[in-house]
Amino acid sequence: MATIPSPHTFRGGIHPAYNKALAAAAPIRELPLPARLTVPMLQHLGAPAKPVVKAGETVAGGQLVAEAAGFISAPVHAPAAGKVVAIEETLTASGRACAAVVIETAPEQVWQPLPTFPEWRFTDAKQLIEHIGAAGVVGMGGAGFPTRVKLSPPSDKPIDTVILNGAECEPYLTSDHRMMLEHAAEIRIGAEIIRHILGARSLRIAIEDNKPDAIAAMEKAFQDTDGDVAVTVLRTSYPQGSEKQQIFSVTGREVPRGGLPMDVGCVVENVSTAFAVFDAVVNGRPLVRRVITVTGDAIAQPANLLAPCGTLYSDLVAACGGVAGQAAKVISGGPMMGFAVSSLAVPTGKTASGLLLLSPKKISDFSSQACIACGRCVDACPMRLSPAELSQCIEADDIDGAEPLALMDCIECGSCAFVCPARRPLVHHMRRGKAVVMARRAAAKKTP
Amino acid sequence: MDPITTSTLCIGGIGLASAAALAVAEKYLSVPQDPRIGKVAEMLPGANCGGCGYAGCADYARAIVADNAECNLCAPGGPACAQAIAAFLGRAAAAMERRVAIVLCCGDDTEALRRAAYNGIADCAAAQATAGGDKGCAYGCLGYGSCARVCPVNAIRIANGIAKVDKALCIACGKCVAACPRKLIKLVPAAAEIHVLCSSKDKGPAVKKVCGTGCIGCRICTKLADGAITMDGFLAVVDYAKPLTNEETVAKCPGHCIRKDAPPPTPNS
Repeated sequence: MATIPSPHTFRGGIHPAYNKALAAAAPIRELPLPARLTVPMLQHLGAPAKPVVKAGETVAGGQLVAEAAGFISAPVHAPAAGKVVAIEETLTASGRACAAVVIETAPEQVWQPLPTFPEWRFTDAKQLIEHIGAAGVVGMGGAGFPTRVKLSPPSDKPIDTVILNGAECEPYLTSDHRMMLEHAAEIRIGAEIIRHILGARSLRIAIEDNKPDAIAAMEKAFQDTDGDVAVTVLRTSYPQGSEKQQIFSVTGREVPRGGLPMDVGCVVENVSTAFAVFDAVVNGRPLVRRVITVTGDAIAQPANLLAPCGTLYSDLVAACGGVAGQAAKVISGGPMMGFAVSSLAVPTGKTASGLLLLSPKKISDFSSQACIACGRCVDACPMRLSPAELSQCIEADDIDGAEPLALMDCIECGSCAFVCPARRPLVHHMRRGKAVVMARRAAAKKTP
Repeated sequence: MDPITTSTLCIGGIGLASAAALAVAEKYLSVPQDPRIGKVAEMLPGANCGGCGYAGCADYARAIVADNAECNLCAPGGPACAQAIAAFLGRAAAAMERRVAIVLCCGDDTEALRRAAYNGIADCAAAQATAGGDKGCAYGCLGYGSCARVCPVNAIRIANGIAKVDKALCIACGKCVAACPRKLIKLVPAAAEIHVLCSSKDKGPAVKKVCGTGCIGCRICTKLADGAITMDGFLAVVDYAKPLTNEETVAKCPGHCIRKDAPPPTPNS
């Protein structure tokens, strides 16, 4: 066990105001169980889960309410015991509509645990992967990629390094930070389970150097771990938490274009995901709750809340003392990669890491102008793209022109839009362009 | 030899050789084309709008002559064009009805609620991708003009946050139908004058909450329309295959979303 500074740092990136002090000191607090939970079927990347319960049924906490619908999908469990009152359509924070199982929670909580594997060190990796998949564990950093898929790389792609992502480079958010401080021991076991499954030689815990207390906590938790284990201290820079950038910072390896981390022998898992793996394997608890940071200058008491997935944002705001003054903008997630939401009647999910309420003085209402060809976005782009050129292609509906400029490599981190002096909505253009390409690819698949 | 003579001879020689090669190619490699294709292409309006489903007027002309495609597919050309082509080719002139595009939403910014201030890219698909759009109604026209931008004849105007098609200008090419992310635009017979200008499948109270001119699913119009209006869940839909002339449907609609087209302006006014 050692602590080492990161040998590399990715090119580009930015230094936004981090504003983490608002919620960083607030210990994780368990939200009182809401009377009603709206559990969305789309809390992960891939196909929405298929409900297996009907309105009127009584469910126990942890009971399966929806099964995975395909290879890239994840099952959903009831976060609490209660009665299913309806299966209705809801909007998710990202603006997609999906079905949701509405549960009226019961005053008497009954819990139906999954099987546990206290002897996981002597359990077959396949069995553990199946179990983690059945527990609905997905990547909790934001994308929600099913962990089961990440943990089963093809045999020709051996994994030698597991990176535990505790960078949390997104401004305002502190949920992973608090998890590392308060649940270091559990995260360690989760990380060791992941390492055991993948048979990886090395384990790196990547944390930015603006969180010295988290670095100390992880050092202490991992101090007597066997093998090549180290805390890698990353330079504070956005987006250090992005998978491809982090792999480069920690190992110096570059993920090839269109490739996955497994192509360079790495698997990156968020610290909260490691906790969820621990919870599923050792405690037999499916992924039904997570820590979410409720922060911003328009919230009365910023907090880190442990809330069941399916809690409405309005319940979270109420638990934090309500809105202070006026909230001009509400963002699900952080200010860089989050989605602005227009209503608080949106449920949380497995990937909801934060809820940000900003007052009018933090919001500047601006209009964008033409590109002045200054090239700052090119300097800032951590994927080495040319956002100026891409955005102009997409603006002119020339998607065919944008695709060879590596449009699909854009990670939507927002660094380009952050530095643009013409205030161009570059990420918005990229998202639109990517959506068009995805729709085309889906159509091409349907009609071969 | 002086450079001028040399270059003249060289360039001239290359020209002669190329001309000879082209002459040989013309004789042995030429592909005979049906001369009627060119004639039919001339009869088409040349708008290259693609509304017929082919890659442009020339491709459509080839399809008519070579693949025996129907000759009444050209919306901009209209019945006159179809008849001329049919007469030229000696085929029976198929009947053709003029169609126009219509936006099935009348919830403008006065009547329909906007639930957020959207200041992103002024494009309907981009707005739709941002938290499902800023319109209160999940089915209503967003009014950022994606349809108007693809219209080859500028027949679509955005006024007060809603798109409207100018019936007189529309050539029914169908580009706006494909451009609308909410699938609000339909091609309907130009002769039809009464429309249900709402696409909301929500129940009445939900519609009322977000829009003053939405269909509330009361079914009054279905009783008056003699089968020309049917219900799709909580939404009244006009069946354009049947005639709908009863103007009482317009007067009695409590949602005020059944509208009759304004009469076309007289040339003098």
